[in-house]
Amino acid sequence: MECITDQSRPALARGARLSNDKQTGEPMLLFPEGVVHLSTTAHAILQQCDGQATVSSILSALTGEFDADPAVLREDILECLSHLQGRKLVVIT
Amino acid sequence: MNYRPYLLLAELTHRCPLHCPYCSNPSSYPGGDELSTADWRRVIGEAAEIGVLHAGFSGGEPLQRSDLNELVSAARDAGLYSNLITSAIGLSQSRAEELKKAGLDCVQISFQADEPSLADRIAGATAHARKLEAARMVSKLGFPLTINVVLHRANIGRLEHLIGLAEELSAERLELANTQYYGWAYRNRGLLLPTREQITQADRIAQTAKARLAGKMEILFVTPDYYSERPKPCMNGWGRRFMTVNPIGDVLPCPTASEIRGLAFDNVRTRSLSWIWNESESFNRFRGTEWMPEPCRGCEFREVDFGGCRCQAALITGQPGVTDPACSLSPYREKLVAFVQSCQQPQAPDPALESALNAVAFRQNPLDAP
Repeated sequence: MECITDQSRPALARGARLSNDKQTGEPMLLFPEGVVHLSTTAHAILQQCDGQATVSSILSALTGEFDADPAVLREDILECLSHLQGRKLVVIT
Repeated sequence: MNYRPYLLLAELTHRCPLHCPYCSNPSSYPGGDELSTADWRRVIGEAAEIGVLHAGFSGGEPLQRSDLNELVSAARDAGLYSNLITSAIGLSQSRAEELKKAGLDCVQISFQADEPSLADRIAGATAHARKLEAARMVSKLGFPLTINVVLHRANIGRLEHLIGLAEELSAERLELANTQYYGWAYRNRGLLLPTREQITQADRIAQTAKARLAGKMEILFVTPDYYSERPKPCMNGWGRRFMTVNPIGDVLPCPTASEIRGLAFDNVRTRSLSWIWNESESFNRFRGTEWMPEPCRGCEFREVDFGGCRCQAALITGQPGVTDPACSLSPYREKLVAFVQSCQQPQAPDPALESALNAVAFRQNPLDAP
């Protein structure tokens, strides 16, 4: 599996689709046979994963939005993407 | 405990071009007309309102319904993730493209074997070559592809080749599901149940392939609970996460629940899905743990396996409300063990296959199918 770096361009795997749970209003990622409920941060990260944007550009886009420490946010992004890559829900293009 | 349906299995029709003897459709079909397009659209909308996230379009063969596109579209509009569970017979390129456009999310294609003549004999139809073609086309259109193979005595010896086939077709997911003995499969179970040795060997092959293909293709190997000490957590609990609507509109807590004689099911033509989920006798009958007899009632696993499968208890003991005989603690365990013992004659693969395929009851279609 390809390691995710600042230059990686992540995208949702085919069949994975962002949606909102009508019951709770919370964001989620739907895929064949399953669902992952997402935190606000994870949702914001995945919304940027279009296969074009690099991890570092996702980081700069979200740093403003969340008013967060970039070093911490970078770790969050890498951890979130690696976890979902392990579950085959995110791919590196 | 909270009860919320996450998955709606929409069995659109019992009509099917295949005649697989392991089918878990009921071997006596319920009488009545199939639901109309308008009925299904309403059901799909109501399902989304009560919490459903996934809709599985199944059957029979869902492609036999000419309104499938419209129903997929309704699922998409309702925010549901849709899966087409198909034999692939009838899945032309143009039909697949239309389904894609309507918002279909993923496709699951069944295969009977890796090798055409065996596959077609099991299916009771000329199907294998068309399935291969459809699987390649589906992938090319960008659908995630799941290959599902129901395993039994006649094909379990081909497991390595079956895994190879799924790799060759670039499937994202391979379900190697040992036959569940309900409906037609129950009727044929003496001919379908693999020997213990076959299961052990298949499990080894599946685990090795799982490790080898990790990160590339997900492999699910479901062992038959006839060989297990603990029952399966059927439906993750009765009326807890799952609902089936059958072709005539009866709503079932599990796809094979019509095996339970004496349990009446409410119909979407006369009741809302919400009422049926929350209030109906059928959905509440085995919900939670209150209904449980001993040894389930006092068992530490009662909320792990939920007492196993009600349909299996009904089929094997005649009583749906007792512990599933797949549990080693069941007072009726002996019935299952005796049956399993009777299936252990060591047979060379070929004679076993021949005798099985000569004697099984191939699945028939409903006589009154429109």
